[in-house]
Amino acid sequence: MSHRLPHGGRLIDRAQPQNFTFNGKSLTGFRGDTVAAGLLANDQMLLGRSFKYHRPRGVVAAGAEEPNAMLGLGQGNRYEPNQCATTTEMFDGLQAQSQNHWPSLEFDLLSVNSLMPQFLTAGFYYKTFMRPRAFWKHVYEPIIRRSAGLGKAPDKDARDPDRYEQVYAFCDILVLGGGIAGLQAALSAAQTGAKVTLWEQTAHWGGRAPVDGMQINGQPAQDWIDATVAALQAMENVQLRTRCMGAGVHDHGYVLGYERIADHMPGTDAPRHRLWRMRARQIITATGAIERPLSFAGNDVPGVMLASGLRDYIVNYAVAPGQRIVVVTNNDDAYRSAIVAVEAGLDVPAIIDPRPVVDGDLPARARALGITVLEGRAIRKVKGGKRVTSVEICRQDSSGGVVERSIDCDAVAMSGGWSPVVHLWSHCGGKLLWDDAGSFFRPDPARPPLGADGAGFVRACGAANGHLQDVLADAHGCAQACAQATQAPGQPDAPAQMETPAEAPMQAVWMMPAQASYDLRMKMWLDYQNDVKVSDVQLAAREGYQSVEHTKRYTTLGMATDQGKLSNINGLAILSDALGQPIPATGTTTFRPPYTPISIGAIAGEARGPIFQPLRRSPVHDWHSANGADWEPVGQWRRPFAYLRAGETRHDAVNREVKNTRENVGLLDASTLGKILVRGPDAGRFLDMMYTNMMSTLKPGKCRYGLMCNENGFLMDDGVVARLDEDSFLVHTTSGGADHIHGWMEDWLQCEWWDWQVHTVNLTEQFAQFAVVGPKARTLLERLGGMDVSRDTLPFMEWCEGTLGGFDARVFRISFSGELSFEIAVPAGQGRAFWDRLMAEGADLGIMPYGTETLHILRAEKGFIMIGDETDGTVIPQDLGLNWAISKKKADFLGKRGMEREAMVNPDRWKLVGVETLDGSVLPHAALAVTGGKNANGQAQTEGRVTSTYYSANLGRGIAMALVRNGPDRMGEVLNFAGDAGKDIKARIIDPVLIDKDGAKQNV
Amino acid sequence: MSDMLNSALPGAGFAGFVTVNEAGLRGMITLRGDLSSPVLAGVLKDAMGLDMPAQRRVTQAGTAFAAWMSPDELLLMLPYDQAGAMAQKLAGALAGEFATVANVSDARAVFTLQGAAVFDALAKICPVDFSDFAEGDIRRTRAAQVAAALWVSGADQVTLVCFRSVAQYMFDLLCAAAAPGSEPALYA
Repeated sequence: MSHRLPHGGRLIDRAQPQNFTFNGKSLTGFRGDTVAAGLLANDQMLLGRSFKYHRPRGVVAAGAEEPNAMLGLGQGNRYEPNQCATTTEMFDGLQAQSQNHWPSLEFDLLSVNSLMPQFLTAGFYYKTFMRPRAFWKHVYEPIIRRSAGLGKAPDKDARDPDRYEQVYAFCDILVLGGGIAGLQAALSAAQTGAKVTLWEQTAHWGGRAPVDGMQINGQPAQDWIDATVAALQAMENVQLRTRCMGAGVHDHGYVLGYERIADHMPGTDAPRHRLWRMRARQIITATGAIERPLSFAGNDVPGVMLASGLRDYIVNYAVAPGQRIVVVTNNDDAYRSAIVAVEAGLDVPAIIDPRPVVDGDLPARARALGITVLEGRAIRKVKGGKRVTSVEICRQDSSGGVVERSIDCDAVAMSGGWSPVVHLWSHCGGKLLWDDAGSFFRPDPARPPLGADGAGFVRACGAANGHLQDVLADAHGCAQACAQATQAPGQPDAPAQMETPAEAPMQAVWMMPAQASYDLRMKMWLDYQNDVKVSDVQLAAREGYQSVEHTKRYTTLGMATDQGKLSNINGLAILSDALGQPIPATGTTTFRPPYTPISIGAIAGEARGPIFQPLRRSPVHDWHSANGADWEPVGQWRRPFAYLRAGETRHDAVNREVKNTRENVGLLDASTLGKILVRGPDAGRFLDMMYTNMMSTLKPGKCRYGLMCNENGFLMDDGVVARLDEDSFLVHTTSGGADHIHGWMEDWLQCEWWDWQVHTVNLTEQFAQFAVVGPKARTLLERLGGMDVSRDTLPFMEWCEGTLGGFDARVFRISFSGELSFEIAVPAGQGRAFWDRLMAEGADLGIMPYGTETLHILRAEKGFIMIGDETDGTVIPQDLGLNWAISKKKADFLGKRGMEREAMVNPDRWKLVGVETLDGSVLPHAALAVTGGKNANGQAQTEGRVTSTYYSANLGRGIAMALVRNGPDRMGEVLNFAGDAGKDIKARIIDPVLIDKDGAKQNV
Repeated sequence: MSDMLNSALPGAGFAGFVTVNEAGLRGMITLRGDLSSPVLAGVLKDAMGLDMPAQRRVTQAGTAFAAWMSPDELLLMLPYDQAGAMAQKLAGALAGEFATVANVSDARAVFTLQGAAVFDALAKICPVDFSDFAEGDIRRTRAAQVAAALWVSGADQVTLVCFRSVAQYMFDLLCAAAAPGSEPALYA
């Protein structure tokens, strides 16, 4: 059984017991435990069930490579699935649940899948679910949804209570990984004067070196680690951060770091996670190496662990995963685990080593402790269900037909060699070399990720570079190269010296025994999390899969949340063997960020709740809010759709506003309209290019409506241009279009017509702008006093400026409603006071504010178009009967050529008309006019569509505009519009101008 | 007139690990033109006493500031009630030059951030290297999702300008960045 040892544990504090629960059971661990260590200390070896076969699974590793120990952590709002037990720190009150079992962890009905693995082989999903098709939805999918999958999604009503944030940072040299290689690299780099940042994913510095008993400068590694960290902390040019994982390396030295600040102390006021957005000139990956499992039958039974992981649990946490531990290894390093176990008072009945002769220093030390070493041998099979009970031994060079002996044990420590963590090197294009001696891929220094200058910007060092021995010298050299690349001025001191016992060569062993029979291979797990076995990869190869990327997707090898950290090389080796080619010819799959999963909260950062996205507010926003505004988003603005009074529906409010504006006076907050100053000697010439109509001929003091098209001739914005003086124009744009049009203008000025003398300034927010609209509008302005706004002094389509009621005002006599109308701009800071004044002075005139819906209805009654309703990016001005606003005199303007193309001059284009239903009802939005037939795709044939449709309180019926094929030539014709539930609605084509066609009302 | 005037968020303030305060109305004038032109530099000096700022720099003369915004744009700052007249004066003095003057005092909101860890708060929302960001430096950048300009305006103090319509977003954002307990200990 797994248990806590009476002594030791370099990372735990026995004075601080931590109470936690697993599946509701109360357990106790210590401060400094990981969740996995705490569970093992309580003999909780079985932690979950596998993905496809629901096989019992326990902890395999002690770090980020763990494939099995995925738990649901927390409750309610703080519940989170798929949390890795080996990288999550213990805290008092932690609640953990196992995943993927039904109905319980101990008794899982779906483990019956495991009895028929031949039915769940590679490509199972593809093969099984092709036919019959109807079975997918009703039979297969419900079963698979029950059977497969990891943790449950949080409750849909749960809301994450924690805070997250991001930070931008910059440095010369970023070192990823705070083991001894990373520490030496950071120290050497910092000694040159470079600005250095060092991140370590765990809460501790030094990595494996203290566990492995390394000696540095003749002292235990821990002493050197402590001294080096202290030295780095004292340096001004160094930033150190633990619990911060380098998640991804991207172009231009951009690196994402995932800092888990408060995972181990929930409920404090610290942010839970912080995402670092680092720009580094040079990056050093000191990410260490990951031990590989060995492929023998039953290598997934709980109790079978990586040899290094077992050693970590004993040394770091004083947790023994078993009392009788069999070690199986193809290399000398794993002998350290046997030695550590025996020294901790545990039994190691045998070390199984497939190498024919084992005579290195470490094996000698093991033998001296009385441990039996079985040379040339293999584990044939692990016995046990939810827990290892024994192993069967056979010759490595055999098919496993003969069991030489059986050894009782409750844990197996395996080692198939080590693979450098090359992920961060590879994210941005760093290439790999196959290293035959170590049987691993390591970074190829000749082909690093390249920066904008064509030079490499990532260097690997230490174990991450394939240097399992001379780690510190390699780190030092790497730091020197980076310092040179960043022109750091100083020279580093000499690196520390390491003494390591000589290790004999490892032997590549991809299968145990070497010629294992099919029934053994069918129980050899490559990918624990996705249940991919040796036999699956071999089957894929037999079925013709040659590309490693295809095989990965077909078998799902390496596609789980651990991204194949343990299974990658073993899978490649099996595939290469099956294809009869060397491993480098097979290559690897692509390493993609993040290195391990990062939280969605960290990615979202601060962008949630009120600051999810910017919400733009007009200077009168608060008044609207306090007076019944029913908001509508317009770009990032919020504009009142209507102002609801007590007891009113939206519809009631709109009808009231529509009638009042035509009968008395209405007030519209038009502050959101774009206002762009265009100024310079070439301003007129420039606007003649921007607009379809002529602007250069406009006289100062006058206004003109204009249309803007893109190069294709499609209408994209409209508005009124006022000429301020000889060189200056004020361009009004739509509310949503202001930023785009400003950018559009600058694009043409900076990139195409850079020699034209034109400046633009976006003045949108400088002014509050209100439309005073209705027959009593002039009366209201005259009451304010200070400016002559009479018909003769300020005729239609002119503007003037002065002091209106004490406010600095520019008054435009323009109308988007057909009524007598003034748009008055005042500095935004005066906006609220001016609005209040208008409301007060207009009270007895019946003034009412109106919202965007009334704006729309009033313009539709007049047949005025609205960008975004009558246009959709495929409509040209001619479609809308706006030929009058397209200059025939100008040699060129944006869109002119586009409008001449064949499709644009086609006489069959749909054109704008008014439509009225025969029964006076309101047409549905975007309703299509159908002709009765079907097109080649079996869809209804159409000849038009509704672009705007409203109820007009002034006319007492529905009104609408539509684009209809040859529409203007078909006045009086009745069309069939497809309504809801298959009912057609009959509507007649009419003139779109329904009120005051002559313009008498706006001209008073 | 003063009772008719409002800045974007009058009186808004927050005390986190950095204090955040809306700074009230400030006169601002956009000046576009050839910044290397001696005429422009002369007008700036004569009208406001200001030297032409170098790239990403701010110059000061009494209560007036000139901030470099782009190769052909300056932001001039002065007391709010002087901006209108100064804009007219500059426009008059630059008549005949290819230069544009616009009063943008009302288009903006201004915040003052005070505290030893002011860069630590800003580093959460602005992609700026503050390590050598000194008095007299200015950056046009973004704060999370909106445009911003910021400069060191005193000891442990940064002034930040954004568009008026997003003042509430900016204030909420700055408060979140300065929330107690979230100090990243990067610069401070």
